[in-house]
Amino acid sequence: MKKRWQRRHITEAIVKGFMIFSFALVAGCLGLILWTILRRGVPAMSWDMITQTPKGGFYLGKEGGILNAIAGSLYMAGGGTLLALIFSLPIALYLETYVRDSRFGDNVRLALDVLWGIPSIVYGAFGFTLMLAMGMRASLLGGIIVLTLLELPIMTRSMDEVIRRMPSDLEHAALALGSTRLEVASKVVIRQMLPGIMTAVLLAFGRGIGDAASVLFTAGYTDRMPSSLLRPVASLPLAVFFQLGMPYPEVQNRAYASALILTVIVLAISLGSRLLAGRLSKFVIK
Amino acid sequence: MSEPIPSNSAGEGRENRPSLSLRRRRDFLAGRTFFVFSALPIALALIILVMLTIRTWPLLQSHSLLELLTSSEWNPEQNLFGFWPFISGTLWVTVVAVALAVPPCLLTALYLSEYARASTRMVMKPLLDLLAAIPSVVYGVWGVLVIVPLVGNYLSPFFRQYLGFIPFFTSKNPTGFSILSGSVVLAVMIAPFIIAVTYEVMATVPQGLRQASLALGTTRWQTIRYAVLPQVLPGIIAGIVLGASRALGETMAVIMVVGNVVQTPGSIFDTAYPLPALIANNYGEMMSIPMYDSALLGAALILLVIILIFNIGSTLILRRVIGRNWV
Repeated sequence: MKKRWQRRHITEAIVKGFMIFSFALVAGCLGLILWTILRRGVPAMSWDMITQTPKGGFYLGKEGGILNAIAGSLYMAGGGTLLALIFSLPIALYLETYVRDSRFGDNVRLALDVLWGIPSIVYGAFGFTLMLAMGMRASLLGGIIVLTLLELPIMTRSMDEVIRRMPSDLEHAALALGSTRLEVASKVVIRQMLPGIMTAVLLAFGRGIGDAASVLFTAGYTDRMPSSLLRPVASLPLAVFFQLGMPYPEVQNRAYASALILTVIVLAISLGSRLLAGRLSKFVIK
Repeated sequence: MSEPIPSNSAGEGRENRPSLSLRRRRDFLAGRTFFVFSALPIALALIILVMLTIRTWPLLQSHSLLELLTSSEWNPEQNLFGFWPFISGTLWVTVVAVALAVPPCLLTALYLSEYARASTRMVMKPLLDLLAAIPSVVYGVWGVLVIVPLVGNYLSPFFRQYLGFIPFFTSKNPTGFSILSGSVVLAVMIAPFIIAVTYEVMATVPQGLRQASLALGTTRWQTIRYAVLPQVLPGIIAGIVLGASRALGETMAVIMVVGNVVQTPGSIFDTAYPLPALIANNYGEMMSIPMYDSALLGAALILLVIILIFNIGSTLILRRVIGRNWV
């Protein structure tokens, strides 16, 4: 029988057309962003960029690189991620093994979601006020603390969500054999969670290393390599931001190169977390 | 010299095994410690709110709240703190960004959940993750390189010439640093988020419902329109609100493309000065002028309160719809 073209079929075709167009638009934007950063960043890249600190006249377009910012960002995001992990792992385990499906657990999750939504500039302002109150100045330590606050909800909630999705039979079996909840958490659940932990940690690290607004006041900026917890430290996003603000084309080109370095780091982390999660899943009992 | 060997009550070959009471005590102690840790997020949210309120207090004492929120006079040296230009700038940028982002994002999510083959979905998920992972400064750089020239050289003159009679499209701003540029960048930034939430919400609709509808001879679009969408509309709206709250607080990408001129915008081609940009640009000098720090933390407080309302509301709705919190 021949299909009669009714109005609804025309609507269907139009809507589907719009959908495919939107899909292409979204995918195209991603492509455009990556292509722009590559096209402007690659010509400005040089070995010096990643092996040198800024020399005199760097911001006028003379010699130097942004090793200070790369190192600073890695230190800060690394420290922040480590601290956040120390807090978030117990919280996630507690939410799943001790207070599963309880009112308290729901409230903690709500608080974490709210914290996740708080803009990084507000964390920055809050962190700065806190540091003023404690008599601290912009420093590596300040940056690490603010990034910890920023990363904690991201890490905890994604771990929590991973454990939620796994079947609880194994936990029940362990409990039935007489394990305490702590033993279930530390010997059974954690092993099942390994891929999830890895993904959560790398996700949080990526968020931390890319964030500029929170470290703007708390970590400051310097042309030196990070040397002490109490000294200011440079970071990649701020390096991009400041260099782009300079009126000299040479310096702006370096901003594009810095943006490229940052993008490569973040994308490598994102891809790496997928691969690692796959490898770690060998510890998971399905 | 014959000292009695201490006997092991636990039995042969089990010397290293902790006793039951010890294990239970450990379990109990760990529970207490974990409880304290878990209470930290709640405490932190409250501390941030309280601390910002305390620091804003001096400003609230000397100026009325109504005046602060609605006045357009911003001159810290003369003790004039009208937040309206910044609040309206924030609203403009956010509303336009959401308006730009929502139609393509919803259609993309619908396409992925209702039409696309499994292989397309497999490709799209990592792509969205990548898009979400790109730092905001990189979006900002992209905005400066691509969007600002596009708006300044093509869109703005075009609209001025042909559509200038429409109130929101006319402007004297000769550059591309404008609300529209900020909104486009923000729209792309929140897109992966809105798509992911919508997709997740759509996935909660049982497959049987779709099959029942299709079996009655409807087209796919009719199925979506009359069977699927009514079920998930609250969830989709909540997802959009969450996306909007992300846009509201975004700082770095916006600060780079939006122009940062203190004025109340009247067109999408005007410059704006959103609240996060105000805080970021002026924090360094805030100690030199009286009340300035209070005012800047007040800006952070306004931002925080709006976002708290948005977030708590949409989180509670999403909890109802998908039966759990959204990540």
